[in-house]
Amino acid sequence: MPTKPKVVFYWCASCGGCDEAILDLDERLLEVAGAIDIVFWPVAMDFKRKDVEALPDGAVFAAFINGAVRNSEQEEMAQLLRRKAKVVVAFGSCAQLGGIPGLANLFSRPDIISAAYLEPLTMDNPDRVLPSVHSRCNGQELELPVFQDRVRALDQVVEVDYYVPGCPPMPRIVYNAVTTLLGSELPPKGSVLAPNVALCEECSRKDTKPEKLSFTEFKRPHQVLIDEKLCLLAQGLLCMGPATRGGCDAVCIKGNMPCTGCGGPTSHVRDQGAKMLSALASLVEGKEPEEIERTLATIPDPVGLFYRYGLPASLLQAARQNQTRAA
Amino acid sequence: MQKDTEPQSGTWQEGSARANSEYIRHRITLDPITRLEGHGRIEVFLDDAGQVDHAYFQVPELRGFEKFSQGRPVEEMPQITSRICGVCPTAHHMASTKALDDLYKVEPPPAAKKIRELIYSAFVAEDHALHFYFLGGPDFIVGPEAPAAERNVLGVIAKVGVDVGKEVIAMRRHLREIVAMAGGKPVHPVFGLPGGVAKRITPEMQQQCQKVAAEAVEFAKFTLQIFEEIVLPNTEYVRLIVSDLYTHRTYYMGQVDEQNRLNFYDGKLRVVKPDGTEWKKFGPAEYLQNIAEHVEPWSYMKFCYLKPIGWKGFSDGADSGVYSVAPLARLNACDGMATPLAQNAYERYVSTLGGKPVHHTLANHWARVIELVYAAERLQELANDPELTSEHVRNLPTATPREGIGVVEAPRGTLVHHYQTDEQGFLQHANLIVATQQNAARIAMSVETAAKGLISLDHMDDGVLNKVEMAFRAYDPCHGCATHALPGSMPLVLRVHDAKGKTVAIVRRDRNGDVKRD
Repeated sequence: MPTKPKVVFYWCASCGGCDEAILDLDERLLEVAGAIDIVFWPVAMDFKRKDVEALPDGAVFAAFINGAVRNSEQEEMAQLLRRKAKVVVAFGSCAQLGGIPGLANLFSRPDIISAAYLEPLTMDNPDRVLPSVHSRCNGQELELPVFQDRVRALDQVVEVDYYVPGCPPMPRIVYNAVTTLLGSELPPKGSVLAPNVALCEECSRKDTKPEKLSFTEFKRPHQVLIDEKLCLLAQGLLCMGPATRGGCDAVCIKGNMPCTGCGGPTSHVRDQGAKMLSALASLVEGKEPEEIERTLATIPDPVGLFYRYGLPASLLQAARQNQTRAA
Repeated sequence: MQKDTEPQSGTWQEGSARANSEYIRHRITLDPITRLEGHGRIEVFLDDAGQVDHAYFQVPELRGFEKFSQGRPVEEMPQITSRICGVCPTAHHMASTKALDDLYKVEPPPAAKKIRELIYSAFVAEDHALHFYFLGGPDFIVGPEAPAAERNVLGVIAKVGVDVGKEVIAMRRHLREIVAMAGGKPVHPVFGLPGGVAKRITPEMQQQCQKVAAEAVEFAKFTLQIFEEIVLPNTEYVRLIVSDLYTHRTYYMGQVDEQNRLNFYDGKLRVVKPDGTEWKKFGPAEYLQNIAEHVEPWSYMKFCYLKPIGWKGFSDGADSGVYSVAPLARLNACDGMATPLAQNAYERYVSTLGGKPVHHTLANHWARVIELVYAAERLQELANDPELTSEHVRNLPTATPREGIGVVEAPRGTLVHHYQTDEQGFLQHANLIVATQQNAARIAMSVETAAKGLISLDHMDDGVLNKVEMAFRAYDPCHGCATHALPGSMPLVLRVHDAKGKTVAIVRRDRNGDVKRD
């Protein structure tokens, strides 16, 4: 009898939502768990790093890793799991693209530390004590992982074979991804294991999207009463649907709020934010540069909107890194 | 943090090295610790007699939400801050949404408040139930001294019946479907806007809420019955609950309504002293005068304490500002429950444990079940409210934003979001006081006390490991882990090092619960 494939679930800089997403398979989790041998899942069962280290390299069939890489411990774990697993899957937005915590790359490490441990209104820290990689307490040495300069997507740290998008991935996508990988033939390396269509295609409001959208200004969701039936772009709201991979069943729009882009880009697009920005720019009603500029100026926080989930993996970040390197 | 300016690891002076060889400290590392949402580890140092000298509960992670929230449009904060925790995203989403109400000085319509509390009650019930059956439950439904191989969800099912396991899965799904129906999705919902909610509840949706709420009340009653019939008659377990190993006399905080009854969604924060009398009751805006944060170099976690009393280190008693939040603390801080079944259960809890306040950490489990009953009853009240289906669910904000504070009771305790913005509503400063921070000092004390009372070089068997874990699990387990399909005891490894890091002993507990010492 062939042995069941060994599988790892691990979390790096994450919120736990990706682990909840696995639990949200509900009854189907029993089926999935029955087909695999889970050898490491700190949140649920096998917590021993040493046990993973003891496995022969390549002994694990697949490592599903969620969360971005923010500190030295996460980097070590990603490298360890890469050695042990034939297939590494970046699971969820943070692992795939950097995720919301990736917005921290807009700030320097000292500024982030200061905002957490020196500046809070409730902070009482006259000696400016900061968490330290090495510290001594009661004469005893204690260690913490290094908080690194930047947030990185998983494939910026180790080679990644497949991606499962979403914040968190929806149960249907998780189920399909897992059963696909367990199938007889692996998909092409680098595949994003989700439907390769823009969210607008599956949106329940698709039919209300005008043939030709045009904008003179953009609205913020708290400023308007949002119609529950009409296309959100047609209401002047910045919905990321056109630039975002679907497969989630457009659930946020069913909640009557705009898509914020957690599905990342489709395979036809390299940079989700650039795609959205160019799409919007072409839809501005005025054609004079000043008119276009005036309209686009009503977009609040373009980086936080267009790169909400993908700043570390974006071209924007790559350009910035190249600049730093050149300097 | 600055690596270069850190004292180098291994820079023991020769003299201290000599001194240390006389006084050998051993070190035990529990890494990672388990059933905890997020990363954590415990470092235990033993003295030369093999007894515990100190134990440290460390949190090795930081993501920096306070900083990268700056510059974001503040209306995005409910969705950004939900990513702090994917296990209790609804708590962050709700605290953030209430901070937006305050920021824009806009009162949500009555129906919107009811929808919010309906979603919130479903979320709390789901969260508490999962914990009871799959995380904390095995320790006391099966028993702390039971063979490790049975001390897991399978053991729970063996004790309460196979169908119950399936029921828990189904109940969790149904409750999460309510959150999804009203808020888009259960992990990282989208309903929160200043002055209301994004979406109304239709009569059809209300019917589904009523159906699920009725099931939830029955389910909660059944859960309470399990606790009262399986746990309470076990004198050994009750003895453990009330033992000094798991007892700290601290202050307690929880949100209450006008009649000092527990409320998850809204009210004032009430703090009681270690003797149970009221220390203070204050509105959200006054949290700044009452809560402060302390930093230790050995953890990324910040430790909260009561500001007027001050940080006196990791100690309990009325002179120490250490306080606690979450179910035990909430039941100490309130005078009762607002729904009948929960009130009834609360009275039995208080009388069984010898009156208030209850200082026994492990009583958190019982308190959590009582809160589950309340959440389910409250869900049903709201689901049956005719106003729930009103079409008026938003009031548009008109005021110029400047500053807003929102408070809710997350399943694990009081949660505060405080924002300052510019006039266009772009965030300038965010202050976040999360539940676990407020329990951090008491958890650290609980772990150290349990470790000191239980661990020694000669005592590191499975029962010891589990009982040290129980000290933190009562406060802050991961609500999303270890569910139905993954039975087995939690494998653990304890490494004992000497002061220079050389391993002198390894104790392993494998998935079958077998303990071996290499």
